[in-house]
Amino acid sequence: MSSSTQTEAWVDRATRVARGIRRRALQLTIEKNGCYLSQALSSADILAVLYTKVLNIGPSRAPLKPPPFAGVPRPGLHHLGADYNGPRAPQYDRLLLSAAHYAVAVYAALVETGRLAPEALADFNADGSSVEMIGAEHSPGMELTTGSFGQALSQAGGVALARRLKQESGKVWVFMSDGECEEGQTWEAVQALAHHKLDNVGVYIDVNGQQVDGLTSEVMNIEPLADRFTAFGATVVTVDGHDIEALERAARTRHAGTPLVILCYTNTACGVELLEERKPNLHYVRFKSEAEINRYRDYLREM
Amino acid sequence: MEVLTQVHEKNLVAWAKDRPEVVVFSGDLTGSTEIGLFKKHYPDRFFSLGMAEQNMMSFAGGMARDGYTPFVHTFAVFMYRRALDQIEMSIAYPNLRVRMFGFLPGILTPGGVSHQAINDVGVLRTLPNMTILETGDATDVESVLDVAQAVDGPVYVRMVRKDIPRLFPAAEPMQLGRSRILSRGTDIALVSAGICTEEALRATALLGAKGVSISHIHVTTHKPFDDPALAQQLACVKRGVITMENHTTVGGLGTEVAEMMAEHGIGIPLTRLGLRDTYAHGASREYLMKEYGLDAISLVHATERVLDQRFNINEEDLAGVRLSQFSGEMQLEAL
Repeated sequence: MSSSTQTEAWVDRATRVARGIRRRALQLTIEKNGCYLSQALSSADILAVLYTKVLNIGPSRAPLKPPPFAGVPRPGLHHLGADYNGPRAPQYDRLLLSAAHYAVAVYAALVETGRLAPEALADFNADGSSVEMIGAEHSPGMELTTGSFGQALSQAGGVALARRLKQESGKVWVFMSDGECEEGQTWEAVQALAHHKLDNVGVYIDVNGQQVDGLTSEVMNIEPLADRFTAFGATVVTVDGHDIEALERAARTRHAGTPLVILCYTNTACGVELLEERKPNLHYVRFKSEAEINRYRDYLREM
Repeated sequence: MEVLTQVHEKNLVAWAKDRPEVVVFSGDLTGSTEIGLFKKHYPDRFFSLGMAEQNMMSFAGGMARDGYTPFVHTFAVFMYRRALDQIEMSIAYPNLRVRMFGFLPGILTPGGVSHQAINDVGVLRTLPNMTILETGDATDVESVLDVAQAVDGPVYVRMVRKDIPRLFPAAEPMQLGRSRILSRGTDIALVSAGICTEEALRATALLGAKGVSISHIHVTTHKPFDDPALAQQLACVKRGVITMENHTTVGGLGTEVAEMMAEHGIGIPLTRLGLRDTYAHGASREYLMKEYGLDAISLVHATERVLDQRFNINEEDLAGVRLSQFSGEMQLEAL
């Protein structure tokens, strides 16, 4: 295969995965009477690129159908969340999900990349299931417990420091939401990553400009993000968060001696344009009437 | 009474020599938390995290996930107050091997309310998975590292520093969940922890001479709080139990003992000496111990109330049994 054909092949695959993430998230929103849909729509392309191209990870070590919740962490209990991202090995990358509210998007990405059975989504937000609405480290694809925002980047720093001491070549990738840039700890973390020159950390941030109360620009402005991260010592790349090739290219940015931050500007209704009518209140989408559900059901059929 | 200085500083260096998994985090308080010598000996295992405690606690959790044991050092208030959610979500919930060394417990600093950890035990005791230890002398400080490191989960340690007495034989190390029984008696059980034990010892000798029969127990494990030997001591005294803690009387040692007494059906009066649901202020240790009723004379008065007797013991009598001669620098010590 020529290199251009190879590029086409993975871009096609990533595009299919992204479309699948959106379709599955919309389907769950209808079936489960509510879901973090807009987050899945804004991040689908980012997660698709991570799982199909950027992440250097091995095959899943966890069962296709996740077991029920096995209890909170304790000695002797091994949690399976990270196992969906393959074995831990010095050469492999790690993916740390900071915005746990994006769980549905991660689950869908795992399904689309063959790491999770499609039936597993039937357990989404079901009592006793590990496929929780806002997951924790027992949930597929999650290594950390991060529903309280702004903590994963710091934890990634600890993981990255440990990996550097152990001379491991694998990288630590963090997926964050832009709302987390309102948390002071995020800036403490970037400051520390830069101070300790942790260039084995890469961060994708879904800048969808939306939070619970509405638009980030109105609730608590976080811009100019690129200038802020640059000032704190990171190497920053800004991309269209729905441009598959740009998202991948950004991961290859040279950032020796500094963490890499990829700002992905996205649209919370991308792929389900019907949702534009509900902006800006899209934090948690629940359809209100039978008529509305039917409109989205029709839309889903066309996706 | 032997008084030692910089016990943790020296001990940590020797103890960590053959433990490459142990790394030390400093929150810009390297000298104040006695880790300067560690930094000098093991610069590759010392990490400066600056004045950013939320990040520091989560960072420690991340590093613990990858096989290292972070020993986080800062003033206690900057951990359990400033970064409680980080301790809970990044360390306690995942049950990670992080050791938190909280300095300046209670009123042990003239730094005032912002620096005085008066409710750390109470707050952290509510965290599942958390083990809580407290040091009261040089032997406790020397042996607490072994106790902490043997725990497969997070540990918080209330640390004493600088000039500290050796109350207990160096050959009798702290043990997890095991109190030190300093005397056995039948009238009163006196349960003390941290610096209060030394203070209590000033009074117990005189009270004993007046015929009071005291069981004196020094507690070093606040959580889990289930020492059967302690429960047995509480059950076998007739008149009452007195607790003495460098902490508020809400949630700390007094509460722990109350719960233990209730669970064992021990129906005798409990008197809790400590900060009575109040913040403190900046002043010397001796001044604050007197002001808040954490001193030997307060213990004498509490004993009198419990036994409904008067012993005619005054401050001058107690002054004769000062155990440690602290250097005059105590009050002036740098933060």
